[in-house]
Amino acid sequence: MSQYYTATDHFVLVPAIMLALFGCAILLFDFWVFPEPKQRKWLLAFLALGEAFAGYGLWQQHTYIAGQGIAELTAFQGSLVVDGFSLFFNWMFIAAASIVALMSYRYLEVEGEHHGEYYSLILLAQCGMYFLASGADLITLFVGLELMALCFYIMVGFLRSDKRSNEAAMKYLLLGGFSSGFLAYGFSLLYGLSGSTKLSEIGVAIARRDPADPVLLLAMVTTTVGLLFKISAVPFHMWAPDAYEGAPTTVTAYLSVGSKAASIAFLLRIFLGPLASARAAWEPLLVFAAIASLTVGNLAAISQHNIKRLLAYSSISHAGYMLLGLVAGNETGIKGVAVYVLVYTFTNLGVFLVIVALRREGLVGDNIDDLAGLMHKSPGYALLMLICLLSLAGIPPTAGFIGKYYIFLSLIQAGRYVLAAAAALYVAVAIYYYFRIVRSMFMSDAEDAGAMETTFGVRVAAALTGLGTLGIGIFPEPFLRFAGQSLIR
Amino acid sequence: MPESYVELYFPVFLQVLIAMAVAGGMIGGSYLLGRKVKNRIKDTPYECGITPTGSARGRFSVKFYLVAMLFILFDIEAVFLYPWAVVYRELKLFAFVEMFIFIVLILCGFFYIWKKGALDWSQQERPPEER
Amino acid sequence: MLDTIFFYLFALLTLLGAVLTITRRSAVHSAISLIVSLVGVAGLFLLQRAEFLFAVQIVLYIGGIMLLFLFVIMLVNLDRAERERQFSKAWWLALACVVGVGAEIAYFLTKGPAAFQFPPGAASPGVASAAAGGNVERLADALFSEYLLPFEMASLLLLVAVVGSVILAKKRI
Repeated sequence: MSQYYTATDHFVLVPAIMLALFGCAILLFDFWVFPEPKQRKWLLAFLALGEAFAGYGLWQQHTYIAGQGIAELTAFQGSLVVDGFSLFFNWMFIAAASIVALMSYRYLEVEGEHHGEYYSLILLAQCGMYFLASGADLITLFVGLELMALCFYIMVGFLRSDKRSNEAAMKYLLLGGFSSGFLAYGFSLLYGLSGSTKLSEIGVAIARRDPADPVLLLAMVTTTVGLLFKISAVPFHMWAPDAYEGAPTTVTAYLSVGSKAASIAFLLRIFLGPLASARAAWEPLLVFAAIASLTVGNLAAISQHNIKRLLAYSSISHAGYMLLGLVAGNETGIKGVAVYVLVYTFTNLGVFLVIVALRREGLVGDNIDDLAGLMHKSPGYALLMLICLLSLAGIPPTAGFIGKYYIFLSLIQAGRYVLAAAAALYVAVAIYYYFRIVRSMFMSDAEDAGAMETTFGVRVAAALTGLGTLGIGIFPEPFLRFAGQSLIR
Repeated sequence: MPESYVELYFPVFLQVLIAMAVAGGMIGGSYLLGRKVKNRIKDTPYECGITPTGSARGRFSVKFYLVAMLFILFDIEAVFLYPWAVVYRELKLFAFVEMFIFIVLILCGFFYIWKKGALDWSQQERPPEER
Repeated sequence: MLDTIFFYLFALLTLLGAVLTITRRSAVHSAISLIVSLVGVAGLFLLQRAEFLFAVQIVLYIGGIMLLFLFVIMLVNLDRAERERQFSKAWWLALACVVGVGAEIAYFLTKGPAAFQFPPGAASPGVASAAAGGNVERLADALFSEYLLPFEMASLLLLVAVVGSVILAKKRI
């Protein structure tokens, strides 16, 4: 130990160390200890162990912060911070990564691309997300973002013999690299404006500046463009439909919840931290992006036949709702965004899980017609899909209602009635296209009589997502209290 | 002690100039002084060289790309060693442990590509005659 | 005086290389022109007393990344690429970029150092490098003490990149 790596630093870093350690262990054990294809379930066990250790580290942080009654714990000279916000998101990442890993095993077998690297990349991507949720330094945040993004570029192209997967990986890589360039440019200007890479010091320096300073505006616009790319908000959404469609379905699920949640955490840290005093400048940009995302996402989703593409557009529209919570900017709004992301994580994983479960030899399962007659084939999965789609549309008693309720409430509290009305209007559009899927499941007859083959892991994941989606909807209090902790002051 | 920063690097600049002058002088000198013969025999490979077949613009195997990619990644790692060596005396054991962790993580990657056979050249692809 | 001469020399080299890069029809010639341009940038870094960036520019960009560029050029079918249109029709986009960057440079030129805020320790570069050791020492001090976390994260990043290049470029894994 030294002055640059204290016991506190270690305490804060433990979850990330565990994720990295087990990620590397899986990478090496794949050909070293468990080379046989049948032994791959041990790799899954190692992933679970890694998540357990990371969870234990998080739990210790959680109890320490609650026990000491402090709001935050900083480490590495203010580069990392543990507060309610980071804990909230990190718990969510553990849940998302575990559920994705559970549903991946059989899916990868069917696709014929089952390699140990996949599980390793899940953990290493989660390690990047950890730094995104708890980073408080521009360089740490940027390297964390690149770590996560690089893992996703590889995972999107994991089906190496599939042309769509290759194309998706390439588009995602090129546009992702482009957006990282914007972000790095914005960050370098922020550093120039403040002479520091620490978010807290940047905040102080920016508060002292004239809000109409052209350099500040340039820094803000480029940073915003980079961040909007990452959460796939319009007008920087064009990578999302192709990447979502071409990627292996399990990766699409991880991309849509993990990458998006981490990017939202990153965005909130930047906008509510250093850029908070320049709100007047960035608010119009975000209002535009939010309304454009709602419009493009919802209207484009109507005409989709591929369900993964449809969910990509729906994901764009959900990014719009999350941005509206930030635009409202009051306590309810930030709480609303946190709850919304949590709800969206469980719900979207549930929808993708059903698509993953449909996949078998000879059936891709990503067309809306592939869901025809699911009610007669396997009512359990049809029910899960129904619950999750209701939740995505925001209909009570599912969790999605709670998320949307808080976003609308915050907008009304902030006096932004027009925005609230527009957002409510798009819920009606969303109901229309989500119910196309429901109609296909319940009203039409099955085109093929093949039963669904599921494994224990998929069933556990289904139970978890179903319980999460219904549970948060029916008993929202503990989750709301938890999200309330996540406020950034 | 040189007075200004540019003076500090002036010898390097001189060396670049001399190198360029030597190279340019050799090419220019042989161009000016040499006897110029231009015919078909002159363009063929020298004595025991193999007569070329096909176009030089053929496409390379993707293996070259993989090797170049890995080269860059390990090159980046080597670049980090340079500042590390500069401060090693000050930070002592701490710097050593830092670099040790860094190298171990990179070695994981090296072990990975080795075992995956990304460094084997011959066994991956059939020779061109069979295709 | 000497500084100014060298600045214009390197700036000229950079611009010349850049112009040749986009105007040459053969991709290999473009890549070599880009090397010339990068050498010019390396020289500019050296004039700014950023010796580490100078070394990185030479070792990584000219030695490594340009090598990769040349390999990639040889991977694709050159004969076909040479017959394609050289300039795309999106010239208005390029024009907008040029106007934007030009306005930015004009702003910084008129505003001078007041446009930015420098960290308290950093005086004018000439004084600082003499007082606190060279550029590499100061960079190393920061990298291995205050920024040790991003440094170790970079090794994870490189590991993932190694795995990715094997997965995406190797036929059988």
